[in-house]
Amino acid sequence: MKHYDAIVIGGGHNGLVTAAYLARAGKKVLVLERRPLVGGAAVTEEVFPGFKFSVFSYVVSLLRPEIIRDLELPRHGLQILPLESTVVPLDNGDYLGSWADPDLTRRELARHSAKDAEAASLFGRLMHHMAMAVKPILGMIPPDPTSLAPSDLKGMLKFGGHFRSLGAEKFHALHKLMTMSSADYLDEWFEFDPLKATKSASGIIGTFLGPRSPGTAYVLLHHYMGEIDGAFRAWGFQKGGTGAISETIARSAKALGAEIRTGAAVERVIVKAGRAAGVVLSSGEEISATVVVSGLDPRRTFTELVDPKEMPDDVIEAIRRFKFRGSSGKVNLALSELPDFTCLPGYGPHLRGAVSISPSLDYLERAYDDAKYGQFSRNPYMDIVIPSMIDPGMAPPGKHVMSCFVQYAPYNQRGGWTDANREAFGDAVVDTLARYAPNIRQAIIGRQVLVPSDIERITGLTEGNIFAGELALHQLFFFRPVPGWAQYRTPIRGYWQCGAGTHPGGGIMGASGRLAALEILKGVGQ
Amino acid sequence: MSTAWHDPGTSDPTGTPSYPLESVTVLKTTPFHSRTAPLVQGQAWRRWAGYSVASSYELVHDREYAAIRNAAALLDVSPLHKYLITGRDAERMLDRMVTRNLTKCRVGQVMYTPWCDVHGKVIDDGTISRLSPNLYRLTSAEPNLRWLSMNGAGMDVSVEEVSEQLGALALQGPLSRTILEQVSPADLRGLKYFRLTETTIRDIPVTISRTGYTGDLGYEIWVPAEHAPSLWDALMDAGKPYGITPAGIWALDMARIEAGLVMLDVDYHSAHHALIEAQKSSPLELGLDWTVSWEKGPYNGRQALRAERARHPEWRFVGLSVDWVSFEALYAEVGLPPQIPSVAWRVSTPVYRDGKQIGYASSGSWSPLLKQYLALAHIRAPHAAPGTEVRLEVTVEHQRRHARARVTALPFFDPERKKA
Repeated sequence: MKHYDAIVIGGGHNGLVTAAYLARAGKKVLVLERRPLVGGAAVTEEVFPGFKFSVFSYVVSLLRPEIIRDLELPRHGLQILPLESTVVPLDNGDYLGSWADPDLTRRELARHSAKDAEAASLFGRLMHHMAMAVKPILGMIPPDPTSLAPSDLKGMLKFGGHFRSLGAEKFHALHKLMTMSSADYLDEWFEFDPLKATKSASGIIGTFLGPRSPGTAYVLLHHYMGEIDGAFRAWGFQKGGTGAISETIARSAKALGAEIRTGAAVERVIVKAGRAAGVVLSSGEEISATVVVSGLDPRRTFTELVDPKEMPDDVIEAIRRFKFRGSSGKVNLALSELPDFTCLPGYGPHLRGAVSISPSLDYLERAYDDAKYGQFSRNPYMDIVIPSMIDPGMAPPGKHVMSCFVQYAPYNQRGGWTDANREAFGDAVVDTLARYAPNIRQAIIGRQVLVPSDIERITGLTEGNIFAGELALHQLFFFRPVPGWAQYRTPIRGYWQCGAGTHPGGGIMGASGRLAALEILKGVGQ
Repeated sequence: MSTAWHDPGTSDPTGTPSYPLESVTVLKTTPFHSRTAPLVQGQAWRRWAGYSVASSYELVHDREYAAIRNAAALLDVSPLHKYLITGRDAERMLDRMVTRNLTKCRVGQVMYTPWCDVHGKVIDDGTISRLSPNLYRLTSAEPNLRWLSMNGAGMDVSVEEVSEQLGALALQGPLSRTILEQVSPADLRGLKYFRLTETTIRDIPVTISRTGYTGDLGYEIWVPAEHAPSLWDALMDAGKPYGITPAGIWALDMARIEAGLVMLDVDYHSAHHALIEAQKSSPLELGLDWTVSWEKGPYNGRQALRAERARHPEWRFVGLSVDWVSFEALYAEVGLPPQIPSVAWRVSTPVYRDGKQIGYASSGSWSPLLKQYLALAHIRAPHAAPGTEVRLEVTVEHQRRHARARVTALPFFDPERKKA
């Protein structure tokens, strides 16, 4: 039987990052991926002949600069292209735009509210400070606040000291961000409803919460954290789609000596005397390893890959309580022509950026109301991009691919996600689009509709939650995934976690994978 | 203001010359001006050889840069000085003038070369295209008519400046070939790096050379000025499905730094304009050793260059890659995230080693592609080996600080597709 220093289960981008860092430290590493391609939720697939889609995750968000450097990702194919604008079509036929140039954005906002245009720069400055305060946490191993171990005490001191140094004003602002709903928080600053709706939308992505749900405000910070990393262009399109990011990390990992096997589904982790010893593949093949790392979500990591008997009851119980609740769907459209928006007719720069269907806070909250009672939103929130506008290779010449991130699509759709319900959901998306861009129906030459059950089936993400578990305050930092096991370890010695279900999770950030690898390297042999 | 005057493409060459005041008090415009001017959103123009060219078309030039590395960028490079050199002695004259062995330049070939004064100091650099056995075209950054004529003294050669008669577009980027294939019958796949072909683009007579200033797959298209606007239209039309993007000098500057290509008046000064000896550079001091022929017969500066080679050049032209962690730390000290100008800089900046200044960077830029902060620098030879740790002066909140940097071989970026 072949023996490895470490086996990483799951070739998602975090698993690949972990593998690359372990290989970089000289470990003999094997990545096992069930699907024929690496990437997990960051994959590019030619869904219709000639039309390539970032099937699930569609933009790069907050990919950590240290990972880009350490793994030399530019050399292996990282190429992030600008995603510069957002346009929101409004119900009165007008639009709200935000552009790459600050003067244009200010003028555009002033067209709707002169006060908001002024408030935006002050709000931006406060958010900059908040993001500066919170950003270091992305690179921090969460300390256990209940532990008296020196490393945890030191971590808590660092954590506490970090916030004490903010000063009263910023600390109060941070407290509000951590407790309020994004709608309420934005109400303190702005008056133009579509602006508040569009900004608050970032707080609901991937959660089963609405813009008026408490605890959604802090996600407003993510955008500003991206600006701090400005030069690294933490937000944007990867050339070739998000799958190309995964392939880039995979190339780096291989160059560092890691082995990657696709089409190799892990059945279970072998545990001998309370210690991970390797894995069994669905083919029956056994592979032994000193360390086994799961890049899968917490439910699979703690209760499916290992016999729950190996886990303490309280951990099993905590994992049962960990909320997944997939709430979003994805509709990928192959287009024969570009959408022609009534609010901005014809060809224009707005087609190169995002189009956000978020005309009002009520619109978003009503979309959530549907979902609360087990129904996909009949008028959903959408974040739409057309990657072929800047990356012509994604579609045949002159044709386009359109990615629609759609919320809400509850995992527990009433009547289940039958084919009929899936198509009805797809129709609701196209109907909504057609209200703003009437030519869309005739332009569609291919339509892929993915609902949470599809996301779960294809990527393995439990309940189709795109963040491997909701990114809600009660599931962050030393609570992610469960108290006591937020430092990438599990109760089984030699069995580790590295997926987005760990701190800080979510998006194509790679931070979970990197922090996990650093902890593993510290803890090998324990 | 008479626009006709500013657009040679629409001027009447048979008309009586007239020089209204505005024609001598404003900068010249290129033959593509009627197409480029409406696209310049922020009135961001840059002077280049007495012409106005777009610094950037959009208010934010990120997309223009990205097009160079991702799809295809269309750049107006018409301000280059262009000369036709004809006659039985054309080869002999040019070979006498430049440092490269021009006798090896075959018809249909292009050579990049500097040319020096008798002391082996660079006057200018450019490309020489052999259009037929006794016909060459030379491009340069500065006027060279007098220098060319002097070098041809007593030879059967004539020099004609064609700068205004000829428009030039650079189409640069991984999809540039694909776009040209839509509009030209030329065998572009067969056209090797630094070769040219006389062909047509949608019936417009053009010369296409596989050259450029980006270090990427790319072409330069040379067109009679009167056809310039229709050439622009043809390329923009054919390129639309392939992401063609007009790009200005700001985007070009970032790309040429990644490609490690020197720029006159930025990275070095012409020996004809330098006021003191220290402002002059030899090809060996500019990283252009490869352009200096040691075998060929006499040429301007040969003796001086041979002597310099024997005693080893004092300066080297290298890349610097700034250590991001140390750069970020300098900003963190004052509570700021790292800040880099969005446009490549061209301010001489000291470089230190062990507390002593050992050189200076002459231009620098963030590389969005390589995710590195890059600079081009003149470093004293003993400190110029790749890998050497140096410090680059950076100004952080009005304070002069030093960021760690590493000497790097040029070019920083050299994709296979450039020559493939």
